[in-house]
Amino acid sequence: MDDFLATWRERVARTLASSPFIAAIKAEIPEAADGRARMRLPYNPDLVGNPDTGVIHGGVITGLLDHSCGAAIMSALDVPMPMVTLDLRIDYMRPAKPKADIFVDAECLKVGHEIAFARAVAYQDDKEKPIAYSSAAFMIFRAGGLKVEKPA
Amino acid sequence: MSDMEIMKDAGNADDPDALMQAIPYCRYLGIRAELLDGALRLVMPFAPHLVGNPLAPSLHGGVLGALLETAAIAQVLRELKPANLPKPIDITVDYMRVARNAECRARAHIIRHGRRVANVEAEMWQDDETKPVASLRGHFLLGKE
Repeated sequence: MDDFLATWRERVARTLASSPFIAAIKAEIPEAADGRARMRLPYNPDLVGNPDTGVIHGGVITGLLDHSCGAAIMSALDVPMPMVTLDLRIDYMRPAKPKADIFVDAECLKVGHEIAFARAVAYQDDKEKPIAYSSAAFMIFRAGGLKVEKPA
Repeated sequence: MSDMEIMKDAGNADDPDALMQAIPYCRYLGIRAELLDGALRLVMPFAPHLVGNPLAPSLHGGVLGALLETAAIAQVLRELKPANLPKPIDITVDYMRVARNAECRARAHIIRHGRRVANVEAEMWQDDETKPVASLRGHFLLGKE
């Protein structure tokens, strides 16, 4: 059972890290197990949204929150399944500080037959002073097969 | 470049792309702005680093969210000309279709605004404008006058 769990966790970690976007922005997923995931984004000037202040673009946080919620859900599944985000709500609590890493902690709230829910919080040095809270719903594909529409 | 200079560029109808070029993350994602019959359109050509799931394959949901948020901010700057970059208060992104590895387009419109807050809707699509891939609804803080 321990071997199975270790293999499964490694597989989850590999799947999560295989996203080219996540790799490109150099975000890390140090933890994803038992329905909880943590991500870390080292500060990167390429990802700035306001050149005057050097603060990271809100859209980068969106990506981290989305991915971490997906990671938390994936780590709660007992077999690998494709999934897509259905919706993502983000409440911005305070602007990110420039030149500081961003962390995101996510937890899976429920895995249903077709839908799973997760929530996440983004913060920097102090988790009591979060940058943003998020809640998300995902569709999961138990039979496999994810429909991609072909261009007309 | 200062905020004020960016604002002036953003308000310059001849070059709506200046704001995109001034924001590092927009350059990183390859987002361009253009005017179509006077309306602001954002274009994000496909690039390998935008892929979220290499197996589907499809673009990352966070990239689509960033494109929508940028469309909303650019529309607010163009229409309301606030003194500072609008700050997101809350946003909701709905994902309707899988985004293929192809060019994305986005537009936004302001549903209602007062002096301090604007309620904005944005949507994005790929080859067919009548088939939205994702949409955003959000509130943005306009900042002090």
